Amino acid sequence: MSQKPLLQVKGLCVEFSTRRGNVQVLNHLDLHLDPGEALGIVGESGCGKSMTALSIMQLIPVPPGNISAGQILLNDTDLLQLSEKHMQDIRGNDISMIFQEPMTSLNPVFTVGTQVSENIRRHQSATRAQAREKTIQILEAVGIPVPELRIHQYPHELSGGMRQRVMIAMALCCQPQVLIADEPTTALDVTIQAQIFDLLRQIQTEMGTAVILITHDMSVIAEFADRVVVMYAGSKVEEGMVRDIIDTPRHPYTRGLISCVPFLKKDPGTEREELNEIPGVVPDMSQLGVGCSFAPRCNYVMEKCYLEKPPEVRLGDNHHAHCWYVEEAK
Amino acid sequence: MTTMQPAEAVFVPDRPLMEVWRMFIANKAAVFGLVLWAFIVLTAFLGPMVYTVDPFDLVGAPMSPPGEELLLGTDYLGRDILAGIIHGASVTLAIGFAATAFTVIIGIIIGVLAGYYGGWVDNLLMRFTEFFQVLPALLFAMVLVALFSPSIYLIVLAIAVVSWTGIARLTRAEFMKIKEREYVMAERAMGAGNLRIMWQIILPNSLPPLIVTMALSVGVSILFEAALSFLGLGDPNAYSWGYMIGSSREYIWESWWSVTFPGFAIFLTVLGISLIGDGLNDALNPKLRRL
Amino acid sequence: MSAQPLLKVDNLKTHFTLSKPHPFATPQVVYAVDGINFEIERGKTFGLVGESGCGKSTTALSVLRLVEPTSGSVVLKDTDVCQLNRKELQRFRGNMQIVFQDPYSSMNPRATAGEIIRSPLKILKIGTAQEQHDRVGELLKLVGLRPEQRNLFPHQFSGGQRQRICVARALAPNPDFIVCDEPVSALDVAIQSQILNLLVRLQKELNLTYLFISHDMAVVQHICDDIAVMYLGKIVEKADRRSLFMDVKHPYTQALLSAVPTIDVELQQKATHLEGDVPSPIDPPSGCYFHPRCPRAEARCVKEEPLLREILPNHWAACHLI
Repeated sequence: MSQKPLLQVKGLCVEFSTRRGNVQVLNHLDLHLDPGEALGIVGESGCGKSMTALSIMQLIPVPPGNISAGQILLNDTDLLQLSEKHMQDIRGNDISMIFQEPMTSLNPVFTVGTQVSENIRRHQSATRAQAREKTIQILEAVGIPVPELRIHQYPHELSGGMRQRVMIAMALCCQPQVLIADEPTTALDVTIQAQIFDLLRQIQTEMGTAVILITHDMSVIAEFADRVVVMYAGSKVEEGMVRDIIDTPRHPYTRGLISCVPFLKKDPGTEREELNEIPGVVPDMSQLGVGCSFAPRCNYVMEKCYLEKPPEVRLGDNHHAHCWYVEEAK
Repeated sequence: MTTMQPAEAVFVPDRPLMEVWRMFIANKAAVFGLVLWAFIVLTAFLGPMVYTVDPFDLVGAPMSPPGEELLLGTDYLGRDILAGIIHGASVTLAIGFAATAFTVIIGIIIGVLAGYYGGWVDNLLMRFTEFFQVLPALLFAMVLVALFSPSIYLIVLAIAVVSWTGIARLTRAEFMKIKEREYVMAERAMGAGNLRIMWQIILPNSLPPLIVTMALSVGVSILFEAALSFLGLGDPNAYSWGYMIGSSREYIWESWWSVTFPGFAIFLTVLGISLIGDGLNDALNPKLRRL
Repeated sequence: MSAQPLLKVDNLKTHFTLSKPHPFATPQVVYAVDGINFEIERGKTFGLVGESGCGKSTTALSVLRLVEPTSGSVVLKDTDVCQLNRKELQRFRGNMQIVFQDPYSSMNPRATAGEIIRSPLKILKIGTAQEQHDRVGELLKLVGLRPEQRNLFPHQFSGGQRQRICVARALAPNPDFIVCDEPVSALDVAIQSQILNLLVRLQKELNLTYLFISHDMAVVQHICDDIAVMYLGKIVEKADRRSLFMDVKHPYTQALLSAVPTIDVELQQKATHLEGDVPSPIDPPSGCYFHPRCPRAEARCVKEEPLLREILPNHWAACHLI
């Protein structure tokens, strides 16, 4: 970590008020993103990974949501202190986001060309003709064949993969420093998923855009990200370089997450081995105790785990875990 | 780690009906409608026992204004308006409910068949429905009643015949939506027949919007009966609020009270049921439910 | 496959005719399933894998006649499912059951877990009310739930528990054969392994036979004994699991495998990715359906449709270049 991080999230707490009381969906979260880096955030649904993305974009519905503490620093500017108007400039210009379902994220009544060029004109001063030209350029850049024709098509006339490319084009048209991709390929087939990741990788290396990839799939992280943050119940449980996490996961949850999923092997063998299981289910966020939220499902649980928040245990330069068991083992 | 461990249920919210009730009573207007209706229904059932004056009896001077002899005055024949309103409540409500019941029966049968089977069955039934939809409802009902002698049964039937189309279309739309759900496929995979799928699986799941429409339909039927009576096509032997308005129509300038009070009763009744319908609509709509 | 197979699917075709935009238009036909053959031995799992729109789910539903096949035969034990009339088919459904992808949408939201599991028994009139009640309790235990949970509604369970209920419902009439249509794709990663292990354990205990539909190569590799890869309504490659993954023949299967993200560094490096989208099954390409995306396509592939041939013992592929 020689260079200064591009984006820093410090002690971020997000609450949602529900009928059953306030629910803390993010609990003192710390993150950082270096320029040009690919950071993966992984966890089960409800672990707060999408909430992290929405908080950075400040797209949380308020109320019921509320950012109750923390800082989100983009190049030393605290985004939480900005006005909504100012934030609108940041969104799309400095930080862009692409979502899981490209069909619902595009407006069905306008052609894709209109939508992309409108987006360009919103952030940059350009004439209609210039914006159109830029649209064609950028659609070509994201690998859409014959963009001159595609700009006249409506979202439903495009395949899922093409729609996601259009979304990426819209996200990129102002050359943002950060691109947040929230499960960008969950709705797509594997061969299309591979194409989209090739594209994202190309953007990252050629344009130097830092990417935050949010996913539930550890193998996607393994293929794409440089560094990974594992989240559980609104907190970070482990963080490190991808290879370190996959080869030597330390937190019991990370271990479970890696060993419970079948991974493609060259030789599947003749015998079917049983998969590991993480027993139980993700806890109800309104009923978290004071200690480690993973404790009820953990195989290495100790009495201490229920009583006290686990400390951050440093395991290497970039590798740390939040766990009493790891602390003891060290 | 490999031992199977019975997992706990994550959270236990209330039963669906309780949830609906909670949403409903949170809506002030709906609760007002419900209170209004409780009062009207109570009047219909208990009123005649408490206030035993026969509404057909001539109990006072004709057209005596309210407050002089009787609380709400008398009509052009000297009949007690208050007695009419109290005794007319049950007749009016009965017409509203009976007409709605027929409306629902015709509408649901046609809607279910059209929505479930689709294809030519749907085509045929929907053209049939459209035929009824394009007829001017009041005119058609008037013709029906005028052709035969106006009796309360005929009026109920006439109202049902002109108003079932909405329920039919709604039921059809719900069926077309729900029959594509995976649990319907799952039922078929278990060997369920068409009858079970139609009536035991899809229909209960399409009830929420139907219930709302049924509630509103009660109000519409009451208004319809009033309109027919106003035009002189009411049943002269059934003392409904509509009949009261209809019979005093010609004396509206001389005795405003003989038309206004029953009119007000109808207004409150329809208002109440509309508020209840709106409340149900919000309560049954899962999208509006809070977290 | 010397033993008598439990299920034999022969030349199964399911075509859909789209509704015409105007009465004089030529009707458009979707060849969703176009001549599929496979057999499954008792106690084995057969996997059908492919991208969306390849016809794998339609195949599954056609085998159960939840979608009416256009032609072909499906013989389960000694009964040709395609020849049964409506009443016979309803009664026969007790022998073949299905677990759907999304457990929540495949359960009647107004019924309790107990009613849901009991419904096949009720429909098929198996046992007395008391026997049915006991059986539901037994089934709940079998899938790792508690009998007291029978009174809860679907929305009161977690995703994994819901899929357990669906598995219990499928098991209720004691079927030999169960179709699993993407049974874990809608579940959280940590829950997938619970359900996969449950399916494997039940298969061993009850000697069940599965037809397992999935888009996930890693899951298929884990759970299936024999695997067929589908593309645009046809099987392009079919083999037992070892021979399929160790010795991939068809270029499409190769492409599919290299697209799957994995934590295996060795597999990651030699990835080559396909270009373009899956063509529309309404208007499929000429010759080999895969030729527009195939990196090795030749002139012959454009003209001539390759047939599924046995290239190695029990390893079939449909490609001119092998």
